[in-house]
Amino acid sequence: MKPILELHHVGYQVEQNQILQDISLTVATQDYITLTGPSGSGKSTLLRIIASLLTATQGDILFKDQNIAEMDPIQYRRQVSYCFQQPTLFGKTVADNLDFPFQIRQTTPDVEKQKAALTVVGLPENYLDKRITELSGGEKQRVAMIRNIMYVPDILLLDEVTVGLDEENKRIVNELIEHFHKDHQVTILSITHDAAELKQASRLLTITKGRLEA
Amino acid sequence: MNLDVNNWSLTLAMLLVMIALWIGYREKLGIDREIIIGVIRAVIQLFVVGYLLKYIFKVNNVILTLAMLLIIIFNASWNAQKRSNGMTNALLISFVAILVSTGVTLGVLILSGAIKLIPSQVIPISGMIASNSMVAIGLSYRSMNTQFRDQRQSVLERLALGGSLRDASIGILRESIKTGMAPTIDSAKTVGIVSLPGMMSGLIFAGVDPVHAIKYQIMVTFMLLSATSLGSVIACYMAYRNFYNSRKQLKDLASEK
Ligand SMILES: Nc1ncnc2c1ncn2[C@@H]1O[C@H](COP(=O)(O)OP(=O)(O)OP(=O)(O)O)[C@@H](O)[C@H]1O
Ligand SMILES: [Mg+2]
Repeated sequence: MKPILELHHVGYQVEQNQILQDISLTVATQDYITLTGPSGSGKSTLLRIIASLLTATQGDILFKDQNIAEMDPIQYRRQVSYCFQQPTLFGKTVADNLDFPFQIRQTTPDVEKQKAALTVVGLPENYLDKRITELSGGEKQRVAMIRNIMYVPDILLLDEVTVGLDEENKRIVNELIEHFHKDHQVTILSITHDAAELKQASRLLTITKGRLEA
Repeated sequence: MNLDVNNWSLTLAMLLVMIALWIGYREKLGIDREIIIGVIRAVIQLFVVGYLLKYIFKVNNVILTLAMLLIIIFNASWNAQKRSNGMTNALLISFVAILVSTGVTLGVLILSGAIKLIPSQVIPISGMIASNSMVAIGLSYRSMNTQFRDQRQSVLERLALGGSLRDASIGILRESIKTGMAPTIDSAKTVGIVSLPGMMSGLIFAGVDPVHAIKYQIMVTFMLLSATSLGSVIACYMAYRNFYNSRKQLKDLASEK
């Protein structure tokens, strides 16, 4: 299949510290890639570079044959959506978070769409008015993910989104990823150590000390 | 007018400085040097300003008055800029913000006839406006710096979701502008009850009818609200992009000064 994302010799250096080195990778449309590696090996840094939250200090990244350095970062991030390791929710209520994707596109929040999204992740519809301080860790993670998929992106970058969740929450989140991958043709790049998720993936990559293992 | 501080009474009033020095000495505060330098500076600066203003008022020349206003605004910008913690273009941003806030406020006061376009009214009023705008802008800068540090994660998440720089910063912007305006709003609420502010006290001191003096204080309250809100808004909106790079990424804390 046609590549949606290509990394050519990508490196990232902060002062004298080479955090990522010579990463080359071709991601096909609708790939489901998992990324593992020891703590501090540069996994999050790589996804943040792909999300255009950091700029690679070496190499090029192409998205649909276009160099991302020449694209508008804001529009690009709406297509290549990064979901944080330990996300924080904003505002006071769940609705404040689910309104954000609409606000940045200058449209009025679609409450029906928000409720439907809550249902998909196994949360009751009346959670819209729930205060974020009253959510459990797993519920927070699910609400955070809805923000990324309210408008379905082309690529979803997931940074250890199931870490610290119990089995039940893990299962729900994994099903959600699988749903978007299968039913919405979303390309997935996911950092994970979760056995169940590794099984869902089509490819498995490992990073050690900033290098991709062959 | 019953104003008559002669040099002899001023010299006697130096006793008040002695009290401060004595306390500093007794309590081993180690600030006697500071106090003496402070007093000497205050006396010299005020004498210079006194004679300078006397001269400017006497010649009543538009260019000279404007030059004086620019110096006041530049000094205020320089001071505000120091609070920015090394932000790029802080001096320029502060200058624009103080220039506009002072200009607009002064313009309204002159057009409405509240003050006359003569140096002895324009210069002191501009000083009050510029210094309040300066304090407001300094507070806004500080608040912005703290918030961009404390709310880093939340800013990053808004960016990751495809928010514009404005979408990612709007909460911080609002809070910083509010912080800049807060002291002015607070003092507007307590004026006359807790403190008799400088303008009003000065007029009463000089023998003006209190009912007349409060009218000036009302004008001052209005003008400071305008000056601090304009100053904070302009400075914050010009400054927040500094926290991002050209790729619309939040700058690393380490790469800031
Ligand atoms: N801005 C930065 N400046 C300097 N060093 C950094 C910076 N960001 C990350 N690093 C370093 O880069 C390395 C990789 O960090 P990264 O967060 O990508 O690791 P990770 O593989 O995601 O680890 P974990 O599994 O613990 O999340 C670490 O050694 C980290 O200290
Ligand atoms: Mg990580």
